This record gives sequence, structure tokens and C-alpha cells, in this order.
Amino acid sequence: MSIAAETPVVPKVNLINRLLAMVPPALWSVIVLIIVWELSVKIGEVPNYILPAPSAILAEFGAYWHRLLPNALVTGGEVVFGFLCAVLIGVPLSVFIAYSRFMERSVYPLIVASQTVPKVAIAPLLLTWFGYGLAPKIVIVVLLSFFPIVINSVMGLKSASREMIYLARSMGASGWQQFWKFRLPQALPSMFAGFKLATVLSVIGAIVAEFIGADKGLGYLILVAGSSFNITRQFAAIITITLIGVVFFMVIERLERVVIPWRHRSLSETDA
Amino acid sequence: MISAAESYISISGVSKTFNGRQGEVHALKDINLNIKPGEFVSVLGPSGCGKSTLMMLVSGLMSVSAGRITVGKKHIDSPNADAGIVFQQDVLLEWRSALQNVMIQAEIRKGDLKQAKERALQLLKMVSLNGFENSYPKELSGGMRQRVSICRALLHRPPLMLMDEPFGALDAMTRDQLQIDLLRLCSDNDMTVLFITHSISEAIFLSDRVVVMSPRPGRIERIIDIDLPRPRRLAMREDTRFIEYTRELTQIFKGLGVFREEY
Repeated sequence: MSIAAETPVVPKVNLINRLLAMVPPALWSVIVLIIVWELSVKIGEVPNYILPAPSAILAEFGAYWHRLLPNALVTGGEVVFGFLCAVLIGVPLSVFIAYSRFMERSVYPLIVASQTVPKVAIAPLLLTWFGYGLAPKIVIVVLLSFFPIVINSVMGLKSASREMIYLARSMGASGWQQFWKFRLPQALPSMFAGFKLATVLSVIGAIVAEFIGADKGLGYLILVAGSSFNITRQFAAIITITLIGVVFFMVIERLERVVIPWRHRSLSETDA
Repeated sequence: MISAAESYISISGVSKTFNGRQGEVHALKDINLNIKPGEFVSVLGPSGCGKSTLMMLVSGLMSVSAGRITVGKKHIDSPNADAGIVFQQDVLLEWRSALQNVMIQAEIRKGDLKQAKERALQLLKMVSLNGFENSYPKELSGGMRQRVSICRALLHRPPLMLMDEPFGALDAMTRDQLQIDLLRLCSDNDMTVLFITHSISEAIFLSDRVVVMSPRPGRIERIIDIDLPRPRRLAMREDTRFIEYTRELTQIFKGLGVFREEY
């Protein structure tokens, strides 16, 4: 008996299934959304100043990109710079809070309380203090995004078990080694969860800041387009903002995979 | 009775008190124990008898409230870096491979890393983990993880091994195998072992002497010499003498009220 003589089973791969497999599922839902949107606008004859069709928005992108792009760079710059400032302030602060009982009791409640203050409400105040330039935008982005960074980093830095610290001390590890070789790597997954939340909040922060007072950026474009009832242009700007947010989030997620590969290695294996 | 002069570990008049929420808790009271170099001593007792605390005091990670502990003539008043420690939880670092987890011992101690790596690979091989050197802890079973943590504790050739219920979280079969592995590692590495357990048969199987402790406050109730030949074999557990020891220890714990059969 030979196995080779048997007729090989040819898998009949459905063309639709193959197409589906080529594109990530998230993109499919977007494509479906766009098609439904386009059709309903066209069939329902919805005027452009109420809800523009995706095709109209795409045309707007083509006609207006020379203004969208530089303003997107301004907003993107605020988002990234503000986020980095939030990390540079938030991470060291969380180290202090995690290590010092005094800091935990004195500063930590203040940080939590500060989060209940609506940022939109204090934005005009920041305008009077810092003017119309880059500074108030960065301040608002930092105010919004440093909270999840601090909370998650503190949680991560405190997640090292008592035994782990005993073990480190039994090896004669210095305080610095305990931090660098034990506590910090242990904290990384939790820290990155905070970073990812912060990316989303920093985009919101930048747009809020631009609404309050700006002469450039996508938030400013939305206001100007709104005042002339150019809904299509507003949509083009909103979609650009969304793209900035999604790309930024994906960059941090990719960075996470580079920095903490041990997490994803076993995850991908269980998924397979 | 082993005199303080010939002992490697000498515990004299040691007490430990914790300041809990309900006031002072006497975890250990007036402990006296001498352990010879190369001896395998188990501390056996129910939970709450302070046996883990005793190990922590010998490691220097906790300090005594009264009394004095010396290890190899050295007074213990700070973490004893000459010891290797294994806890019930394997405490592996999730971000490091099996080999890297063993190597952390050498990285912290700043020894010769190349030599340490050779020894680490050799140790992993001795516990049948060759082929898993580059696996992350998440990819290993509970028994494999605890083997890695034992290798980590052995890397720097510590003269003293401190083990706090290291096999307590493992299933019975894995436990048997790891007991055999441990005895082999001990005879190859010439170490003194202080082994904390609440398993009567584990204590008999592994030890030269079993220290029986009773709870509240933790005291040494009895010390029993285990006169079984080495190397120990699993079949010895059916040996008449083994069963005698089991009976004797069970009787002691019954007397202490740890076991109750009549209601």
C-alpha cells in the first residue's frame, strides 16, 4: 500500500475566503462601513452640508491636502511632543511614588484629585497664562495623558512580589540593581498599557487645546471649516485626526513588542 | 546533640516577634539548633509554626528579635550572600529565558560570566532541562519552572541551601522526581541544606534530621535522626524503618493537637 498513489485531496479554497484572509478583519469592518455610508447617502439623497458621502470626502482630501498635511504635522507634533513630555514627567514621578511612602501619601492623592478637574474647563485659563503658542497645547496634552502613565507605572513598579525582592537581596543586589533588573522589567507590561491609553488621550488633548485658541492645526481647521458650513472639510480633518491617533497607537504597540518580546512570544503561540 | 563548636549553622536562643495589627505576635520562641556542615535538615510543622520565619532569619533577610545566629562562624545580621534560596513560588523573571534566569545570580554577583554560563548549562542539563534553555518561564510547566529556580540557587556554589516548601505547589509525581533531583544535586555540590516542609514523608525521605516544630509560639518540639542509607531511593518509602518514622512523627503531631481524629 502506498500513500503516494492515493489521490491527493485538493483543498477547495473559496475565493471569498481567500480575499477575506488577505485583509485584516479591522479593515473589513471599515470597508463595509464606508460602503454602507456611501450607499445610504446616495440613495437617501442626503445633502453634502448634512452628511457628505465618503467619495466626496475623498475628493476633498485630493483638493485640500496642501492645507491638511501641514496642519496635520502641527497637530501630530503637539501629540507626540506632549506625549513624550508626559512620559518624561510621569515615569520618574511614578518611581518616586512607588518607592516613597511619603510621596505616595502626599502627591498621589493630589494627582488623582487633579484628574477630576475637567481639562476643557481650565484650557482657557492656560491660554491666558501661556499664550497662543505651542506651550498651552503641550500643557493640556501632558495634563490629559500623564495620568494613565503614572497610575499604571506605579501599579507596575509595585507588582514585584515580596519573594522577588527577597531573592534579589539574597544575591546581594544593590537598590539600583533591584530597580533595574527586577522592578522595572516587571513593571514594563503595565507601563505600556498606560502609554497606550495615553496616546489616545494626547490626541484628544491636542484637539481640545487647538479649539480653545490656535491659528494652525487640525482642530483649528475644523473650527474654520465649521464657521463656513464646510462639513466635507470638517470630515476630512476629523478623519486625519483619527489616522494620527491610530498610527500613533500602533507605533507604541509595535514598540511594546520590541521592548517586551517575552509577552507576545507565548501569546502568539497560544493563538496559533 | 551537636555542639556549637562543630556546627556550621548555630541558632541559639532565637526569638522573633512581629508587630501585627492585634499587637505583638510571637512567631518563634527560644529556638536552639546546631547544624553540621553537609547536613540535610528539614524543619517540619503545621502552618503558622514559624518554620518559614526560621529560614528567613537564617538567610538574614529578616532579623532576630532576640538571640544569635551564626553561619560558618559569621554572625548573621544582614542578608547572607553565601546562601542559595528557593521559595515555594519559583519567582522566575518572566522576561528572561530559563538560562537567563539562572544567570541573573552571576550577573548580580558580577563573577566570571563565561564560566557561570557553562555551569548554568550544566546544571540545567542535570535536571533534564537541556533543550529548554531558551524557553521563557511562561512556556514551562510548574515542575520545570521550579527546577530552573533550584539551578539559579545553585549557580554560585553556595555552601548553604535554604528551601521554603519548594515542592509545595507541585503535583505528587513531579514532587517525587524533584526530590530525587535535589538529593543528587546536593551530593554533587556538597552543601548544607535547611529545608522547610509540612510533608512528613518528604521530610523523612530527604533528611538526615527532622526538626519538629509546634505552633503559637513556634518552638522546637523534637529533633529526630533519620537513619536511612544514602542514596535514597523511592522504594525506601515502603521500608519498615521509613514507616516507623512516619508513625513516630504522626504520633507527635497528634499529641500536639495538629491531627484530630475523634470529635
